[in-house]
Amino acid sequence: MADWLDRLFGRQTTSANSAKERLKLVLINDRTDLTPSELESLKNELLEVISRYIEIDPDAVNISMMQEGREQRLLADIPLKPTRRRR
Amino acid sequence: MTATVVTVSSGKGGVGKTTTSANLAVALAMSGQKVVCIDADIGLRNLDVILGLENRIVYDLVDVVEGRCRLRQAMIRDKRLPELYLIPAAQTRDKSAVTPSDMVRLADELRSEVDWIIIDCPAGIERGFRNALAPADMVIVVTNPEVSAVRDADRIIGLVEAEEKGPVRLIINRVNPEMVKRGDMLAADDVLELLAVELIGIIPEDDHVVVSANRGQPVALDPRTRAGTAFHNIARRLNGEQVPFMDLDGRKGVLGWLTRIVRPGGN
Repeated sequence: MADWLDRLFGRQTTSANSAKERLKLVLINDRTDLTPSELESLKNELLEVISRYIEIDPDAVNISMMQEGREQRLLADIPLKPTRRRR
Repeated sequence: MTATVVTVSSGKGGVGKTTTSANLAVALAMSGQKVVCIDADIGLRNLDVILGLENRIVYDLVDVVEGRCRLRQAMIRDKRLPELYLIPAAQTRDKSAVTPSDMVRLADELRSEVDWIIIDCPAGIERGFRNALAPADMVIVVTNPEVSAVRDADRIIGLVEAEEKGPVRLIINRVNPEMVKRGDMLAADDVLELLAVELIGIIPEDDHVVVSANRGQPVALDPRTRAGTAFHNIARRLNGEQVPFMDLDGRKGVLGWLTRIVRPGGN
């Protein structure tokens, strides 16, 4: 009964939910042939290149892998810092 | 007649590929269509025992490919269903005895004579899989609602699409409605969302499958069983009929429960 109440109020993740969440990540890695650490360095290098040209706030950047049907998409949301005109 | 070649694969072993191949063949043959099933799992043949035809093997797939017999001689006719034939795999050879082009030639020779050619693919992604994939007009991927089976299914789907043999049709096998209800098993919807392919069947876990395998009488021979009904539904969908899926999520409450009581075979 306590188990049931926990689930009702979302206090406990069911094993099916864990399976689904874990599979989501595994499938992204399998499909892109990219390990989580490679994805991390991709992000870092990307930021490095971008900040050579424009000023960005690294903490506000959000780079993630999205699934659309069977297609993978690399999404990058990179807010720019307000710039002082150089010219 | 121009046969449709259906290859049944899964990646992972033990998810019910051979059972699915046998029962789809039986269900299609029971609807009056002419069906040949081919066991492409050379060295580990099993379709013969699942169909209960193991005592009638004289020639096998490798004998045909290597010219020791004519194609006709290797086709074992099922006495229960005169429109059903099996071409068994060789047991004492390995997968390299057959090439993908051998399989294409064999399927082409059969195409004009039957309605369906069902190829039971071996587990794995090596030669045996390539052999079974080569002549396919349609690929069915069988999976279970479990992490390892879903992961391997995704890999197979990717390979099939890369070979331009898609779109893949998915069968989710061995769904236990009680466990799904408790949240201890992935629901069919979850698996579909993860794999993002077209669903063609959901098969409930059913003790009759083991019992029928013990006897060599595929469960589809008895359409009153839950699994038997599910296989007949898939056969009907393969023939273009719109058949609603069984509700195995246990999420539809009293109405779903009542429906099951009134129609024990599902819908």
